[in-house]
Amino acid sequence: MQTVTQTRIVEVRQKVLKQNDVLARELRERFRAAGVTVISLVSSPGSGKTTLLREILLRLRRAGRRVAALVGDLATENDARRLAESGAPVRQIVTGTVCHLEAQMVAGALADWDLAALDYLFVENVGNLVCPASYDLGEALRLVLTATTEGEDKPRKYPTIFNTADAAVITKIDLADAVGFDRDACLASIQAVRPGMAVHEVSARTGAGVDGLLALFEARRYSRERTDVTIRSGSSPEAPTPA
Amino acid sequence: MHETSVVHSLIELIRESLAGGDVARVACVRVNVGPLSGVEPAALRFAWAAVSPEALGPTAELELVTGPVLAWCRACEAEREVASVQRVVCPVCGAPTPDLLTGRELELESIELSTTE
Repeated sequence: MQTVTQTRIVEVRQKVLKQNDVLARELRERFRAAGVTVISLVSSPGSGKTTLLREILLRLRRAGRRVAALVGDLATENDARRLAESGAPVRQIVTGTVCHLEAQMVAGALADWDLAALDYLFVENVGNLVCPASYDLGEALRLVLTATTEGEDKPRKYPTIFNTADAAVITKIDLADAVGFDRDACLASIQAVRPGMAVHEVSARTGAGVDGLLALFEARRYSRERTDVTIRSGSSPEAPTPA
Repeated sequence: MHETSVVHSLIELIRESLAGGDVARVACVRVNVGPLSGVEPAALRFAWAAVSPEALGPTAELELVTGPVLAWCRACEAEREVASVQRVVCPVCGAPTPDLLTGRELELESIELSTTE
């Protein structure tokens, strides 16, 4: 008896990360319904995500905004401790061997939080410019950070992450001169991979540029009552935003 | 490297697509990996070789295809393939092309099953 091996093609045409996308969409709807604006930060390790976020949390709290943060790392809860210094509720997601956050990790970490009691929720991704690009977390705004100390060509080396982000942030501008940072080359690199991308230049240490970021957040904020609270920069050398 | 996570999601999608069918009959799966998908083809093949034999049997092959990064050129009013992912401009007029149409795909296109008669 002869056996004949034939083949049959099953057409699928579906996204491989469909489950993550579906969950991210559900999260986005949940955030919108609760009136909480979710902002995520991605960058390579050491670009200053945690230091900048601590400053952002402090300023938003001072302005009367209700804020909280989730922070992802392969190991340790050090970043959560640093962020908690701002007085905001912070929860660490320890990913173990996973090099990025996924929507289900965010959903799990939020399980018992009252989202309606928040104006902003920040999600600090694992320091990595590759893997987080593939995963939607349901955020309203994704920021990609690159530090003056990293040189000018990170955007050209990692165009995909710049393409998934809504705005770019150049951090540690107080160190630009010391490290010979070529600002024009960096801006050109960003525009080459993502034409038209908004760029914010900040220093968490001096406070320069941070209020500009807060203005971006306020413009994107979901609001139930739309009260305009002036963001004040407190001890920062920058002039407070006029009321 | 997140390609191992991607392969786990892929295997889950294969199982779901075959709706209880025999996964040991999977001969080949065809996946479209866009240049801006965030997935590195070589790393995906490596992860597939490590993970798929146990889940699907030793014969399941992975075929990767990729398409161009297409964008809408506002200056030419035409669909163009961008110069490169490092230089997102129209190859004809050189204008920046912020409106990307393709390139982010990470899709399971089809599954080839062997059927013995």
